[in-house]
Amino acid sequence: METHKAKRVAIIIEQVMQSRLTDAMSSAGVTGWSVLPVLGGSGRSGAWSREGQVTRGAGMVQVVCVVRPDRIDDLLDAAFAVVERHIGIVTIGDCEVLRAERF
Amino acid sequence: MDQILDLAATNLLSPIILSFALGIAAALARSDLNIPEAVAKGMSIYLLFAIGFKGGASVADHGIDTTLALSLLGGIVLSAALPLIAFALLQVMGNLSRLDAAAVAAHYGSISIVTFVAATSVLDSSGITSEGYMVAVAAAMEAPAILSALWLISRGGDARRMDNDLLREIMLNGSIVLLVGSFFIGWITGADGMAKIEAFIVSPFQGVLCLFLLDMGLVAGRGLRNSSGVLTPGVLAFGVVMPLVGATLGLATGVLLGVSTGGVALFMVLSASASYIAVPAAMRVALPEANPSIYLTLSLGVTFPFNLTLGIPIYLAVASALTGGQP
Repeated sequence: METHKAKRVAIIIEQVMQSRLTDAMSSAGVTGWSVLPVLGGSGRSGAWSREGQVTRGAGMVQVVCVVRPDRIDDLLDAAFAVVERHIGIVTIGDCEVLRAERF
Repeated sequence: MDQILDLAATNLLSPIILSFALGIAAALARSDLNIPEAVAKGMSIYLLFAIGFKGGASVADHGIDTTLALSLLGGIVLSAALPLIAFALLQVMGNLSRLDAAAVAAHYGSISIVTFVAATSVLDSSGITSEGYMVAVAAAMEAPAILSALWLISRGGDARRMDNDLLREIMLNGSIVLLVGSFFIGWITGADGMAKIEAFIVSPFQGVLCLFLLDMGLVAGRGLRNSSGVLTPGVLAFGVVMPLVGATLGLATGVLLGVSTGGVALFMVLSASASYIAVPAAMRVALPEANPSIYLTLSLGVTFPFNLTLGIPIYLAVASALTGGQP
């Protein structure tokens, strides 16, 4: 079966920034993404867990999207403008998709 | 002094405080005791609805007077002014960066609705009535402190803009919408409405508050465990001194406005409490470089337990002594 090269971008960011990030991705022409809950972790600001959080400010989510390689720069420029000052991790990986026209 | 000690002893041995203490102890002992996230959220919705509805029904019963508008104004002024005092105090007591100090100051201008709920519960147990519209005052005090904190930062040459999205999120956060909405439902439906749902929002209230405070104890305990060493002695002391400063200003405001003994006590509680729900979320958006471990540990791990255990009895006793009411 024929496959096509694509880029998979995963951005872990604070929950309060989720809508700002997905709005920016939308403006950059990204048509689809998935949002996954993050259960907990540890980083420069210390350890945290989703258990019993009383504030929306402390939770994190992972926003995942797949784009054609030629659109990656537009996506990263838009995403970085939002996440630059915030806690989070942006990773980019190579992947292959079956239906290239969807990305 | 005897009165304060009696009230403190009674308060410390109440089911709600002992539940909170159990939560802290369990978290510090690394027990796997846990309240599921959805259950905690459900309980907070119940408590906010119940306290808002009861406040509205009380206003419908007793009617409104001119002090309502003045109390709302007083609450807004307090919320805007307290961060300026907190910021100045932190310059003296703590060794925080300007950003961290402003973020902490915002928390101390805003309010803790759970502390307010616990205080109304203590007032009810003591047979002291308060103005039903204090619920609306609590809602009005949530946001102005955030604007003051951003102004403090802009004075240092680091202009932070309050964008429309953030303003909407602050003004329409779920807690405020539910509290104000249920207040109006209670006001509109009055005694008839109360009679219809009294069995749901009055009798189970204390039990739900116990379980909610058990969860708050677990959260506070975990925060303290994970953030040991984050707070310097000066900042820790601020977490106890600032509530007393805030309560004093709340006392002056309540007495000046001529509200009841219960109303004065609630003004003190609101001014003494620190936010840990609405403001942290706003700070993560507006001041992301500020360290959340500092402001969350301080407001949730230090000031909240202080107010819950010792603060509320002190505020109630002082309000009673100065207004001639009975605790």
